[in-house]
Amino acid sequence: MSAAQTVHTAAHPEQALREAHLYKEMLKIRETELQLARAYRDGHVMGACHTYVGQEAVAVGVCAHLQVEDAVFSTHRGHGHALAKGVAATEVAAELFGRATGCSGGRGGSMHLFSPEVGMMGTTGIVGPNILQAVGAGYAFQLNGEDRVAVAFFGDGAVNNGAFHEGLNLASIWDLPVVFVCENNLYATEVPFAYSAGNPEVAMRAEGYGCPGRVVDGNDVMEVDTVAGEAVTRARRGDGPTLLECKTYRTRAHAEGMPEVGYRTQEEVDSWKARDPIALLRSHLMGTERVAADEISAWEDEAREEALAAIKFAKASPWPDPSTVFDFVDSSDSAEAARRS
Amino acid sequence: MNASLRTLTFTEAAREGLAEEMERDSSIFVVGEGIGERGGNFNTTLGLFDRFGPSRIRDTPITERGFVGMCTGAAMAGARPVVDFMFLDFILDAFGELVNQVAKIQYMSSGRLRMPMVLRGCIGVGGSAATHHSGNYYPFFLHQPGFKVVVPSTPHDAKGLLKTAIRSDDPVLFLEHKLLLATRGEVPSEPYLEPLGRARVRRSGRDATVVAVGVMTPKAVAAADSLAESGHDIEVIDLVSIAPLDTATILESVAKTGRLLIADEDYQPCGVGAEISARVCADGFDLLDAPVARLNGAYVPIPYSPPLEQAVVPSQDAVVKALRDLLAE
Repeated sequence: MSAAQTVHTAAHPEQALREAHLYKEMLKIRETELQLARAYRDGHVMGACHTYVGQEAVAVGVCAHLQVEDAVFSTHRGHGHALAKGVAATEVAAELFGRATGCSGGRGGSMHLFSPEVGMMGTTGIVGPNILQAVGAGYAFQLNGEDRVAVAFFGDGAVNNGAFHEGLNLASIWDLPVVFVCENNLYATEVPFAYSAGNPEVAMRAEGYGCPGRVVDGNDVMEVDTVAGEAVTRARRGDGPTLLECKTYRTRAHAEGMPEVGYRTQEEVDSWKARDPIALLRSHLMGTERVAADEISAWEDEAREEALAAIKFAKASPWPDPSTVFDFVDSSDSAEAARRS
Repeated sequence: MNASLRTLTFTEAAREGLAEEMERDSSIFVVGEGIGERGGNFNTTLGLFDRFGPSRIRDTPITERGFVGMCTGAAMAGARPVVDFMFLDFILDAFGELVNQVAKIQYMSSGRLRMPMVLRGCIGVGGSAATHHSGNYYPFFLHQPGFKVVVPSTPHDAKGLLKTAIRSDDPVLFLEHKLLLATRGEVPSEPYLEPLGRARVRRSGRDATVVAVGVMTPKAVAAADSLAESGHDIEVIDLVSIAPLDTATILESVAKTGRLLIADEDYQPCGVGAEISARVCADGFDLLDAPVARLNGAYVPIPYSPPLEQAVVPSQDAVVKALRDLLAE
């Protein structure tokens, strides 16, 4: 189902506000990612930089249902999750620039974005562990009697890893408040999922663990919003986990500097660009006539300016002090303790 | 009998410590295979299921990577997990979670996330447990920044250290040699804590120092007693803490004796003794009257048959011989 086909109840002001929120959130991710990709090309962003371009509807549609105290556990392709969960673009950019003002103080970079203050519990450079950690956060919330939900985002590459199997089973047998969000973008790095999976229908796997599995058009933010809302509600109610398979596509390379095609065709990339989640919602918004074209343009300008401001902030930020390299190895918070070991 | 002078087994003492902590803090929970109503293969949780219920004494499927990863997230989100591996050999299925996640998340989050997690399991050679139930493995965790590791040898330390480990905001491995589990010792009835990171001088002496790891401690004390009959005065240090290493206590002893033997059932290459030796050579070379000596288990997978199994383990006689050789240097 495309956004244009999604049935909306009425020209309700709350609906308009929600659509505007989803649109602006997707724009924020897109514009920030494009600036980060440019910064990578210019040598300001080091290491590996996996952008979320093309998949924005998933993070935004899911995180629209989360409170600050809910927990997100993300992947190597996690900038979008961090931004959607409320980490400031300035802190994300500064982290990728390796600066002291980054959300991980320059210790992590792209694949280790931590901002527990807003429930961003980390991105990870290893495929799979974040699924288990979300299960554990769900366990802690249930144990402590808290009304909180944990979400794991992961790609299709993770579902053939043991962590997926072990995590879904544990969450299911204990009815934990967890939502598993598979972003099936068809390729694990550059290996087709159809090749890697005996059964490439991810959502069907949920049945094997005794929990519901839902297929979602991951480029339709309104559909993600609706289905994620049901999954989060189910988790909050204490009824246990849900697996969402969001079918989507990354329209840039696996990581910046890698080829965009070769392992996939230009035609395939173009066909997904034609279903770009931001363009889909934009045409829907224009169709509803609930929002004026110049208002949408103003949002777009604002998002671009904020992304540029984040880059400017990162560039102007100080590098971390090398004398702090031993800090935070353990809870003693002291360089002396680390040296003593 | 005076209650404060009562004796408990190693397992009873550790279990009492666990129960005291669980009573004190409702965010502590235990996971493991058969640790629920069954009470644990080694009775680590015997009777605790009835006291604390299934969500805090949580039986798991056989899914080591799964429950370690789960406990990682639980620790990040405000709970205090205790992972009971039964045999420590099973921890290897979770090694990636431990090294890449548990050990690194405090650092990567600039200390804004803590990792209060206890990882406990039985280690060591004995009882024809064979090669998948006999490992020691602790040097792996000394090598990786982010872990604390204790190997107690007495019921008193077992209780005091387990309590401290549970209160720690860092991941702590609490390793129990299976041949020590039934040994008895005095345990105060009043609550107490023992600090992590400290070695203990078990026997004072002037002629040579033995640093013993875990199960080697009683053997080293017995060896020292037997050498006393021939006039040798041996100091025995129970290492207790593998990470961090208490180098200061060892150097202080070597300053007195000038001779050092490290006795460890675990393998020699890149082991605890190698690290101690390097540190003593670096920081106390002038204190040494002889090369540092090491006595270790045989560098082979642990065999099953009793004569083969015994051939792997350093005996009390082997400690005596190693000390006599060291004294002759």
